[in-house]
Amino acid sequence: MITRLVRTAPPRALLLLGLLLAVLLAAPLALDRYLTSVLILVFWFAYVGQAWNIMMGFAGLLSLGHALYVGLGAYVAATLFVKLGIGPWAGLWLSAFVSVAVGAAIGWLGFRFRIEGVYFSLLTIAFAEVARIGFDHIGWTGGAAGLFLPVSAEAGAWFNLRGGPLFFYYLALMMATAAFVLCAALRASRLGYRWLAVREDAEAARALGIDVFRARMAAVLISAGLTSLGGVFYAFYYNNLFPGQVFDISRSIEMILAPIVGGVGTLFGPVLGAFILTPLGEALIAITGALGLNAPGTKAVFYGVCLMAIVILAPNGLWPALKRRLGVPEGDV
Amino acid sequence: MSALLEVRGVAKRFRGLLAVDHVSLTVNDGEIFAVIGPNGAGKTTLFNLIAGVYAPEAGEIAFAGERIDGAAPDAICRRGLARTFQIVRPFPHLSVLDNAIVGALLHEHDVDKARAAAGDVLRRLELWDKRAQKAGSLTLPDRKRLEVARALATHPRLLLLDEVMAGLRPTETDRMVAVLKDLNRHENMTIVLIEHVMRAVMALANRIHVLHHGATIAEGPPEVVTRDPRVIESYLGQADHAVGALG
Repeated sequence: MITRLVRTAPPRALLLLGLLLAVLLAAPLALDRYLTSVLILVFWFAYVGQAWNIMMGFAGLLSLGHALYVGLGAYVAATLFVKLGIGPWAGLWLSAFVSVAVGAAIGWLGFRFRIEGVYFSLLTIAFAEVARIGFDHIGWTGGAAGLFLPVSAEAGAWFNLRGGPLFFYYLALMMATAAFVLCAALRASRLGYRWLAVREDAEAARALGIDVFRARMAAVLISAGLTSLGGVFYAFYYNNLFPGQVFDISRSIEMILAPIVGGVGTLFGPVLGAFILTPLGEALIAITGALGLNAPGTKAVFYGVCLMAIVILAPNGLWPALKRRLGVPEGDV
Repeated sequence: MSALLEVRGVAKRFRGLLAVDHVSLTVNDGEIFAVIGPNGAGKTTLFNLIAGVYAPEAGEIAFAGERIDGAAPDAICRRGLARTFQIVRPFPHLSVLDNAIVGALLHEHDVDKARAAAGDVLRRLELWDKRAQKAGSLTLPDRKRLEVARALATHPRLLLLDEVMAGLRPTETDRMVAVLKDLNRHENMTIVLIEHVMRAVMALANRIHVLHHGATIAEGPPEVVTRDPRVIESYLGQADHAVGALG
């Protein structure tokens, strides 16, 4: 699978990717702690953006509640670790399983009863909101007061996802790279073609023998599972979880901005979008902080402006526009 | 010749209007079979019943000896019965080649092999030079050809073509007729077509089935059907399908 990808990809794209990866691998040598943490965020948003893009970009299903899977993944792995002493490498399987099961329930409700388009999106929001309110009231996991992971070094090392910024930097980089490769492979696969066909015209896809229900379901399950691993990372990186933060709709929106700005349905879109939006958002916080302004809504306003600019100037996203400028041929990237 | 498709007394009603009124027909393996009739005669509804878009309210449909009425469109396509849409439905943001690959992937699991098979189909329908174009940017005649190519790429045993000649110029019609004849002759493809362009029907069909107000009014070889007084009567008064056009 991977060899085919390498064989069919344009040499220039491979060169570019290799260079980017090499620079990012070496980057921590030159970066301070703060910039490293910004890049960790960039990789995280590239990762979850890629996962969301499987549903929206490939299969045409708009999820506005992807924070649900982040929250479920985070809470399941963190609870197992804090309450039962089960490490994250074992816990992530249950995290993924729970998210996939919930995704299956949403998908089944949506596709079985033909809840399509914006109504499907509303369904995804509803599930995320129910989870947020639900976790606010589950005392065992801390409720609204939050769940905290032990920060002390004695909790273990890498095998418990405990480590310094460098550890999380390389872990996040690995996850973003793996998600990119996985999406490239999926997109070029038989399933990928089916997703695109369903996205373009479900009725015509059905007439070509495609089981639309199964294709859509596969997109939801894979996307939910991947996103929940992003949640596991979130829990062990930040060491604290609040339902009002992880499940919040503002998080769902923040997660989908990178692929929308970069280019929905493209492989580079989520990466490009994360590299542009996250540093800009962080810079904005730093600037308003330095100016002594206490304006909590600044980031939201900034994201709103970015979205409007993209919708007006490059409705397909920045990557397709950039691709034309660079003279990259139309294709699978 | 054995029967490949058997339609027995199917009926479908829309808000009380009997769109298809207990129609029966048999299509033999290897034959080109045309369904004609004035606008609103129920031809496309009959197609949609066969292709699984609707389940018939009465009657049954058998394909290759097995009942298919009530089965889902994708299940019917997997059995080897592919259809085109009267109002073409290409995947607009995918390339012409990718459109055909989607069809070819029905029975072929390997994407590279499907790409090769899709290429063969595109060459046959003279779309190879346009393979890299987005399907949404094609002209209508090309979209009609792509519609046929995509259905053909699924390797069907029977092809249901819903007005693939409509909107084509006479020379383009002749090219499409030649392609279909070639498919029928060299690959033994069974074809059922709905068509208004009588020039194409007369050139292709072994037998013609005529619908009027949802019901069968005639069936037989072209030269017999076109002389049938009821057929001529049903077409009279329709300026664009005057008797002269029936030949």
